[in-house]
Amino acid sequence: MSEGRLRRLILGDTQANRVVPPSGFTAHLTLFVSGAMAFLAVFALALSMASGRLADRWASELARAATLRINAPAEQRVAQTEAALEILRQTPGVATARALTGEEQAALLAPWFGSSLPAGSLPLPQLIEVTGDDQGYDAQGLRLRLQAEVPGAVLDDHTRWRAPLVEAARSLRRLAWVSILLIGGATAAMITLAANAALAANAQVIEVLRLVGALDSYIAQAFIRRFTLRALSGAAAGVALGMIGVLLMPEASDEGGFLTGLGFQGWGWLVPLMIPPLGALVAFAATTRAATKRLGELS
Amino acid sequence: MDYMQIRGDAKVSIAARPQARRPRRLPRNRAPIETARPLGQNTRALLKRRKRGAAVIELENVGYNYGGGELLNAVSVQLAPGSFHFLTGPSGAGKTTLLKLCYGALTPTSGRVRAFNMDVHGLDRDQMAFLRRRVGVVHQDCRFLDHLPVIENIALPLLVSGRELNHEEANLRELLNWVGLSERAHALPPELSGGERQRAALARSVILSPDVIIADEPTGNVDWEMSQRLLQLLVELNRMGKTILVATHDLSLIRAAKNQVQARVLRISNRQLQLAGADL
Ligand SMILES: Nc1ncnc2c1ncn2[C@@H]1O[C@H](COP(=O)(O)OP(=O)(O)OP(=O)(O)O)[C@@H](O)[C@H]1O
Ligand SMILES: [Mg+2]
Repeated sequence: MSEGRLRRLILGDTQANRVVPPSGFTAHLTLFVSGAMAFLAVFALALSMASGRLADRWASELARAATLRINAPAEQRVAQTEAALEILRQTPGVATARALTGEEQAALLAPWFGSSLPAGSLPLPQLIEVTGDDQGYDAQGLRLRLQAEVPGAVLDDHTRWRAPLVEAARSLRRLAWVSILLIGGATAAMITLAANAALAANAQVIEVLRLVGALDSYIAQAFIRRFTLRALSGAAAGVALGMIGVLLMPEASDEGGFLTGLGFQGWGWLVPLMIPPLGALVAFAATTRAATKRLGELS
Repeated sequence: MDYMQIRGDAKVSIAARPQARRPRRLPRNRAPIETARPLGQNTRALLKRRKRGAAVIELENVGYNYGGGELLNAVSVQLAPGSFHFLTGPSGAGKTTLLKLCYGALTPTSGRVRAFNMDVHGLDRDQMAFLRRRVGVVHQDCRFLDHLPVIENIALPLLVSGRELNHEEANLRELLNWVGLSERAHALPPELSGGERQRAALARSVILSPDVIIADEPTGNVDWEMSQRLLQLLVELNRMGKTILVATHDLSLIRAAKNQVQARVLRISNRQLQLAGADL
């Protein structure tokens, strides 16, 4: 496409624009559909980015954290804790190992028993917080050694619940991308319908234009330009509303976890700005296809 | 009286000159070319000036039916450049059909139609569009875009062939004046009277300076005085060298025309085309 044609397509020339009568129904349909779809696309995009971040964070954080539980009679607990800490210190790949204090353990239970629980009134196992370094440690080897030397130690490296969580976040991201594709497809379908309706409603106009010597490319362009610009403005409005919606979501917090993390971060805020041009591109392709087909049929 | 000179560069330019009645040779006539895509061989041939003396439109043994019985049978006619023809015949005889065959809106069921030495049947869509720019047509039902004012409807051929309308403003005004529609320039087509519509249709048909003007019942809706005025416009165009073909069943119009130009009268009867006698 030459620069001149491109410019004419984007800016349009007002006289050529008037050749096809404004048609309220298809205009509103296109505006509404592209706006609504862009709005949904913003959320799908936010969801995909948030779930992606979550999957990455969970995967790396959980891989490194583990808990060692010492289930021992009160008189052996301190000795076994010491022994376990000594083993952990010797284990390659373990960055830190720290026995939780009584207050910390009580704090962990507070959500269930309330904060008035008197420390030491329950026979609690001693918890040791273990973090691996970047290489990680051999959980199976560690488990065997603990079994032999510290009978009351149970290593919980969270694998049981880590894997499905990370998998859930990843599939959420996949779903978000599928949604974005579906939104694109639905937009293309709706705009094809609207363009076909406009072409059918304007069969007389097309006939007159042909009678006075208009090329099919000229007639098609009148429709294409109209639908492309409408999709662009509809999508721009939809994206603006969607981004305001995302902006108004509460800040990401530990309590809210995943839900409040739904949003864009840093450069991520620029990504939704690609939606209107993409929407316009979809409309351009859909209308071009519909117009070429229609004008070929109308003879 | 004003007259209209349609120059070779296809700009419409109208000025009052005293020697308006004298036929003039027209300079080389170029049809407007849209350069969006490279022109094919056929298109170039279409746009080239026809050979001197060759018929601009030629029907050779043309037969036509709309699917029912045969409407036209073995019709042959040649429109020489600069000629003036009337086409008559009873209502339903096939006048409009014959005109449509001439400008390529219909494809003959048998025989051949040639325009500017090109087989009309072999033209693709784009070539057909270029042909339409060289043949100005006044349709029986005028065919306007009802949402555009008269002046823009008249300018429509300029617009679709990619011209800057701003540059043509003055010419358009003069053309409007020539057909007596200056006052109605911004009316919408449905607001026009029958005669005004037909004058607007005539103005639109000549704006690209076509070689041929085909008019279907151009005086169908108008009184005697107005039909004389429309005839006057056609005669003037013919004097500028345009080839004219007018379908009408208004015999008095034909008689009036014969006083002013050398016009041949063709009549459709019994599915055939005949040259009408001097009795008309
Ligand atoms: N699209 C069509 N489909 C089928 N039949 C048609 C079609 N157009 C015209 N006809 C028929 O063909 C015949 C000739 O029509 P045409 O319009 O050429 O006549 P005409 O000589 O121009 O008549 P008029 O003087 O009333 O304008 C008529 O009987 C008409 O009913
Ligand atoms: Mg007719």
